[in-house]
Amino acid sequence: MVSEAQVWDWLSEVPDPEIPVISVTDLGIVRDVSVEGETVVVTVTPTYSGCPATSVINFEIEKALRDQGVADVRLERQLDPPWTTDWLKPEAREKLRAYGIAPPIDGTRAEGVVEGRIKRLTGAALVVPCPHCGSEDTQKVSQFGSTPCKAAYQCRSCLEPFDYFKCI
Amino acid sequence: MDTVVDLDTALFEGLCRMGDSTLVLGHRVSEWCGHAPVLEEDIALANMALDLIGQTQLWLGLAGEVEGKGRDADALAFRRDVWEFRNLLLVERPNGDFGQTLMRQFLFDAWHQPMLKALEGSNDARIAEIAAKAGREVAYHLERSADLVIRLGDGTEESHKRMQTALDNLWPYTGEMLTSDETDRALAEAGIMAAPDSIRPAWESLVGEVLGEATLTAPEGAYMHKGGNQGTHSEHLGHMLATMQWLQRAYPDATW
Repeated sequence: MVSEAQVWDWLSEVPDPEIPVISVTDLGIVRDVSVEGETVVVTVTPTYSGCPATSVINFEIEKALRDQGVADVRLERQLDPPWTTDWLKPEAREKLRAYGIAPPIDGTRAEGVVEGRIKRLTGAALVVPCPHCGSEDTQKVSQFGSTPCKAAYQCRSCLEPFDYFKCI
Repeated sequence: MDTVVDLDTALFEGLCRMGDSTLVLGHRVSEWCGHAPVLEEDIALANMALDLIGQTQLWLGLAGEVEGKGRDADALAFRRDVWEFRNLLLVERPNGDFGQTLMRQFLFDAWHQPMLKALEGSNDARIAEIAAKAGREVAYHLERSADLVIRLGDGTEESHKRMQTALDNLWPYTGEMLTSDETDRALAEAGIMAAPDSIRPAWESLVGEVLGEATLTAPEGAYMHKGGNQGTHSEHLGHMLATMQWLQRAYPDATW
């Protein structure tokens, strides 16, 4: 019989398949863990509805628990409330930066076309500091980067391209 | 009107209308993969297609559950014939050039976002939660497509010409998405889904604003096609499905 705390602890070691420096608990996608008799129930929320990593994440979670000797694992999906980047743990943001991905800047998710354009035209556009050199002289290359959750940026100081984990 | 609409049947229809539109547009957009004018756009298009296909799994998954005949999202996507599809005619239009693809995306996104916003208020929690999830993704689609429509419309002579041509070609397919039929009205009255005509003010205001900035002019008095959400499609959808469905049709339940 395992405790819920033990399961959380094991899950904190399961890496995100696309950004292996952070774990599934760092990412904030594990909603709930409960132990029902012999069964461990893990409730997971998808980051993006089409994220191809979702099935891999479920597989990795199940595998990690089986490796710890849990025979009976049940995974449940929960959509509501929708996952947001606000749920990334603070330490995960630093791990992302060290890995070369600019972490999300809170409160900047896409609100609407008109609001977004006003911000850009009045110079209040989002400033994403370069994760490599720290410069704020960066530019957005594309709304979407290597995955739907990221945008492609380039630093004008050190010229390095980088991904920005955008707010959702 | 005394036509009695069975709510369960209407709900299945309504969910297929959402899921089929995201499916067909998702597949269309994915056709660009490896062919877009620049790498960044190629990646952006593929990522948007991924969002749309993900949303399709949620909508059609729920449709199958509501129908209760054991069909899952894959069965609905790959084993239905063209007349059973309920997508908007706009999304089955061929990709054309990059300008036409973007204009189609913008005209759809400008409908999709307010529609999802309205569906977040559904009294069916399953619909509200899918809408809330998808809405966050679609906000980025709309931001991108509106930006690019403005940049290309108010761009060079060539890009302006292509965007105006795209708008002229696609405009006749926009009437359908803002018009309600009795299925829509029954679902709206029950508080389950939003009627398309309730989206019209938001759509017209946004589209008007963006086209104005893009220096593009919507054709006046254009004939409006309709019927996609009732299963009457153009020949383009059949061709698309032939490509999309062939594997599941030739080898049902194939796994690898």
